[in-house]
Amino acid sequence: MTRPRTLYEKIWDAHVVEQRSDGTCLIFIDRHLVHEVTSPQAFAGLRASGRTVRRPDLTLAVPDHNLPTTARKDAAGNRLPIADVESAAQLAALETNAPDFGIRYIDATAAEQGIVHVVGPEQGFSLPGTTIVCGDSHTACHGGIGALAFGIGTSEVEHVLATQTLLLQPAKTMEVRVEGEVGPGVTAKDIILHITGTIGAAGGTGHVIEYTGSTIRALSVEGRLTVSNMAIEGGARAGLIAPDTTTFAYLKGRPYAPKGADWDAAIAYWTSLATDPGATYDKTVVIDAAEIAPSVTWGTSPEDVVPITGTVPAPDSFADPSKQAAVAKSLAYMGLEPGTRMQDVPIENIFIGSCTNSRIEDLRAAAAVLKGRHKAANVKWAIVVPGSGLVKAQAEAEGLDRIFTDAGLEWREPGCSACLGMNPDKVPAGERCASTSNRNFVGRQGPGSRTHLVSPAMAAAAAVTGRLTDVRELID
Amino acid sequence: MAPIEKIEGRAIPFGLKNVDTDVIIPAKWLKTISREGLGKGAFETLRADPNNLFDQPEYRQAPILIAGDNFGCGSSREHAAWALGDLGIRVVIAPSYSDIFSGNAVKNGILPVVLPQSAIDRLMEVAATDPIHVDLDTQTVTTPFQDRFTFEIDPFRKMCLLNGLDEISLTEKSDAAIAAHEQMIAKTQPWLTPTLA
Repeated sequence: MTRPRTLYEKIWDAHVVEQRSDGTCLIFIDRHLVHEVTSPQAFAGLRASGRTVRRPDLTLAVPDHNLPTTARKDAAGNRLPIADVESAAQLAALETNAPDFGIRYIDATAAEQGIVHVVGPEQGFSLPGTTIVCGDSHTACHGGIGALAFGIGTSEVEHVLATQTLLLQPAKTMEVRVEGEVGPGVTAKDIILHITGTIGAAGGTGHVIEYTGSTIRALSVEGRLTVSNMAIEGGARAGLIAPDTTTFAYLKGRPYAPKGADWDAAIAYWTSLATDPGATYDKTVVIDAAEIAPSVTWGTSPEDVVPITGTVPAPDSFADPSKQAAVAKSLAYMGLEPGTRMQDVPIENIFIGSCTNSRIEDLRAAAAVLKGRHKAANVKWAIVVPGSGLVKAQAEAEGLDRIFTDAGLEWREPGCSACLGMNPDKVPAGERCASTSNRNFVGRQGPGSRTHLVSPAMAAAAAVTGRLTDVRELID
Repeated sequence: MAPIEKIEGRAIPFGLKNVDTDVIIPAKWLKTISREGLGKGAFETLRADPNNLFDQPEYRQAPILIAGDNFGCGSSREHAAWALGDLGIRVVIAPSYSDIFSGNAVKNGILPVVLPQSAIDRLMEVAATDPIHVDLDTQTVTTPFQDRFTFEIDPFRKMCLLNGLDEISLTEKSDAAIAAHEQMIAKTQPWLTPTLA
């Protein structure tokens, strides 16, 4: 009898090309997603060394990071230029590199364009049991459909382009088990914020986290993508959720998903990947879903999480002296006083979008709160940025765009937008943003910006009241 | 990539924990299509303060950076390693690193040394006044005051750093094994080759 294995171990074992004596493995990569920001130097490296892309058919390129989210075509349908010279040069580089190396390319104006981590699952390009890489740390997202997916640096992008493999050390395994039913107003985002607050920003370092338990099983694929997306915020390079009938129903019929007899064979294989009874993890954390409230961050690390009903903590409430110092710095940056009720924190900017929360269910959740309401007078800037052109079209078919614009929010073109402060969508210095993105780092949404990470429903609630708000007060 | 064996010089006693790659190099510097010249953007926000450590005369061009837990967390941007390299840093010493950052560092000839917090505390003290010596071959960090700390490093990474090796050339030697894996997949899991219906 073979040793019981975890989901991670099964995927890993199936991709080992070679094992070195020191335990390092050459791992085959099934899917490589490429965007404009972390790839130019990799393609330049290939050219300099006269190398080609080994498997262009396993590679998909789409621009997302620095595209403006304003209109991309004029009234006559002509493409509008990007004003920022450097952003335009990065986009131009990808538009040249993709065809030069024979890679599938989704154009900035295509209906399928979007954030690379929204596009992959949506196109059925990302599949369970595969290894997926991208030069972006939120590649962890694809773990939501049961793929071993992780972010890589540009040298590794070049390595994968040239060899379709990566040299990796096996990771340790960590189980985060969430059991029970969540309360009203608690979403996948609140679950992962709560987990990050519990395990800490370095809690998963060196590990791949498998999210298990009845709470996770009950999530839609979109919710699972949100949870796995932020595995990296807990230090884990990848997250995983076992593929099941929910996953299969989501993938069936998508453009690159297997068809016919291949589909049946794929399902049989994917079903076999679940962690075996008796398999062990290096670490297990158990969380009671009933303890998870709609959550919000107060500081500049994603581990700085409190329930919306909570208060800003004092530095000396932390045992670790280095954390005390970090908290004091965070609070100074965030302009917050210990003891302040989170619900009393005013908000001037709202960002609903990012690879964490820009799928159709996220937009529906935000729209449900905003329907028939209007943003508060003190909210100066509020944007909704769909994760892809297909999400945008779906939302428009459901009339969600009208709900947003009637509420005083702007409805934008797909892209990474205000998640990372490298395209025109930025939060002004000293101002706060209730943001559905994944990082509240210093300067993340623009120099001096102050980010409070929340769910789409919570961002919508903050838009209505102009302060951080318990969404449960606005829903039935 | 420049080989690395012995590095001696001043060490910047930075010491912060959870330093993310947005802090090491803010997003606006990512709009480049080159690996060069990112040192001027390194730690830009912190260096806006004229009293910042990095621009003190004794730490300019210092080859060593001492940091706290979880250094290089967050974004996968390799620009963080390029920026540190351009700043002249060849060694980072910290209790732990994000997995992505430590990989990026090694690929750019920067040695990520892992030492316990107690050793970091002592090195921070020494770094205020004196140089620190790092020897990759013997895996030791020493000071002029007889301190001696040994560190662990993955043997493959050590070999790559000592020899300044290009990983792609090494992997290309496994071409036959990669081809065999591709053929096996094509047979057993044909759906893995994406085709549009």
